[in-house]
Amino acid sequence: MPIERLEKYFLWAAGAVLLVFFLTVSVSAFAWGMQLPNPDGRVDPENLTAPFDKPELREIAPGQYEAVLTAQTWAFLPNKLDIPVGSTVTFKITSKDIIHGFEIPGKRANVMIIPGQVSTVTVKFDKPGEFLYICHEYCGIAHHVMFGKITVA
Amino acid sequence: MYTRDDRFVRWQLYLGFVSLFVGLLMGLFQAVDRANIDLYSSVGLQSYWQGLTLHGVLNVLVFTFAFNAGFLTYVTSRALGRPMAVNALTQAQFWLMLVGVLMAGFAILSNSATVLFTFYPPLKADPIFYLGLVFVVVSTWCTLANIALSVRAWRADNPGQKVPLQAFMSLVTYIMWVLCSVGVAVEVLVLILPWTLGITEKIDPELSRTFFWLSGHAIVYFWLLPVYISWYTMLPKQAGGKLHSDPLARLVFLLFLLLSIPVGLHHQYTDPGVPVIFKYIQAILTFAVFFPSVITAFSVIAALENAGRNRGGKGILGWVFKLPWGDPSVAAQLVGGLAFLSGGISGLVNASYNVNQIVHNTSFVPGHFHLTVGTAVTLSIMGIMYWLLPSLTGRKLWGLRFAQANVWLWAVGVAIMSRGMSQAGIAGEPRRFYASAATYHLPEWDFPNLMQAVGGTLMFLGGLCFFIVLVGTLFFSRERDESVRMPNVDVIIPAEKGAAIFTDRIGTWVWFALALILLSYGPFLITYIANPAFVARGLRAW
Ligand code: HEM
Ligand SMILES: [Cu+2]
Ligand SMILES: [Cu+2]
Repeated sequence: MPIERLEKYFLWAAGAVLLVFFLTVSVSAFAWGMQLPNPDGRVDPENLTAPFDKPELREIAPGQYEAVLTAQTWAFLPNKLDIPVGSTVTFKITSKDIIHGFEIPGKRANVMIIPGQVSTVTVKFDKPGEFLYICHEYCGIAHHVMFGKITVA
Repeated sequence: MYTRDDRFVRWQLYLGFVSLFVGLLMGLFQAVDRANIDLYSSVGLQSYWQGLTLHGVLNVLVFTFAFNAGFLTYVTSRALGRPMAVNALTQAQFWLMLVGVLMAGFAILSNSATVLFTFYPPLKADPIFYLGLVFVVVSTWCTLANIALSVRAWRADNPGQKVPLQAFMSLVTYIMWVLCSVGVAVEVLVLILPWTLGITEKIDPELSRTFFWLSGHAIVYFWLLPVYISWYTMLPKQAGGKLHSDPLARLVFLLFLLLSIPVGLHHQYTDPGVPVIFKYIQAILTFAVFFPSVITAFSVIAALENAGRNRGGKGILGWVFKLPWGDPSVAAQLVGGLAFLSGGISGLVNASYNVNQIVHNTSFVPGHFHLTVGTAVTLSIMGIMYWLLPSLTGRKLWGLRFAQANVWLWAVGVAIMSRGMSQAGIAGEPRRFYASAATYHLPEWDFPNLMQAVGGTLMFLGGLCFFIVLVGTLFFSRERDESVRMPNVDVIIPAEKGAAIFTDRIGTWVWFALALILLSYGPFLITYIANPAFVARGLRAW
């Protein structure tokens, strides 16, 4: 098909830019470990088994924590976490009823919480401060009050 | 010759614009909510969420659908120079959509479907809501049948000739949409309706989302492509220019048919139930689907440059100022095109796999789509109406000043609002955010929220000007003007210069598209359905 010369250059250039973008993204995901959430098991939301029967923050190794959370209309359990500075926390979250979300502004922690599925994200907290974790998917009339607070000290 | 179809085309458009009016009003409510002003109780709505459901459903599921059905029926008949093949289908598409909208609208207004336009199960609305949506989708199938039959009849009468460009584009647009609508049809007919009717007890929320998003990205091209038809084949003519290549324009539409469906998983980048490998495969395809839009940017800008130079524009950018900016129909679409360029960049952010995690479900996302569907599509449609309405009614356009105010208020408004949304989103403000009542808050969101309130109000005022012109033309325009016809651009390289695979064989491309959908979705769906999670009973959570 006849394509104008300038347009051809333009398309090659655009293609090259897109390719560079994409390669950067791929390297950061697969080589540097900034990966998207992956399936991490199943649970029955009406009959939560371990560890979700006891949602809490646990130390699993020095400086390594596991935060097991449940989401339900319209609260996270627990809704307060105290985390020592410098620790790495793996959040494991599931829903007891409908779809919720989980997001920590300022961190690359952003995952959907879907009944039946287990959502996992890992976050490092290396400075003291306060963080929110927010339900960022509409979950009914009081969606806007569903959040929790992290204190890093 | 066209009067029988045109009557229903007009009604279809009116249905769309009545919906848009209510939709924009809800937009205003949302915007001023960010400045702590509550307008919901003043009109008897139960909640912010009921208003937001109206906003999403009316703007992107009713307004766009109704406009497309009316507009592309009109375009097809004019491009082929014959009435639509089956007038009963032109009628059916209108009545089905009307009934569907009334059903869904009734459910939303009675607060029994406050589930937003994505209606993710296990949120459980009244079955009337989903049935209404089914009617709307079935209406689009009638439109496809009518366009396809009309093109076939034209081909039979004109053997060996290329289907006129505008009819070709209309047909490919509807084929693309109907193909992708299978996803949401499966979601609603197989998963949701049996469940809300009490036939099945539990639903799989992850599986429902997957079928929803199988349609959910391609749907944005269904909103966009009718406007592309105008940008390619009408706008350059209105501005006084020529389109360079007809076959390349056809190829762009065929590429959308091929690529717009197997990318839906990019809306599920952060879903826990989808393995990363499948997300990654569709991320690659998502980058590929930028391409037809990149070609479009070049081709349309080149055609406009041609127009500007014909009008005496000189130098690298001199031609821009020679374009007829005073014509609101042209200006609206030029602003729409500019919005689309910036919307494309934020779209690239959303698409970029792990970068998406910074912005997923934050205000950044509405910041993106108010530039794309909210402006590139909606403002362009308003511009199209400025010639389409006179052409359909024989009345001279009323209120030129209002039409111009429409364009510029909207342009300034959306620039401010989207800027505010993007900034707040990057600072983590969630979307679907009842700002005035939320119990959490970060100070970084304050100023951007103010921008959303101010910008959104300006946009609404711009929209109001559009409706003043619409109503004025219909009821107060005394002058007749029978001279307005559908613009149809001249091309430099005609269809005959392109290989048949790019200009004729739509069927082959449908097979390619099906193959690509199977390749990109098949492995995930097969492994998932072997071990599904029908675990959720459902909740009326509002
Ligand atoms: C007067 C003009 C408009 C204003 C002021 C406006 C304002 C807003 C605001 C503030 C939101 C975010 C609500 C939230 O996340 O809590 C929103 C969402 C949305 N808007 Fe608009 N909007 C306007 C026009 C449009 C148009 C023309 C369209 C499409 C044709 C559109 C489509 C949407 C959609 C699909 C959503 C998302 C709804 C959801 O999350 O369920 N808007 N709008
Ligand atoms: Cu929520
Ligand atoms: Cu998409």
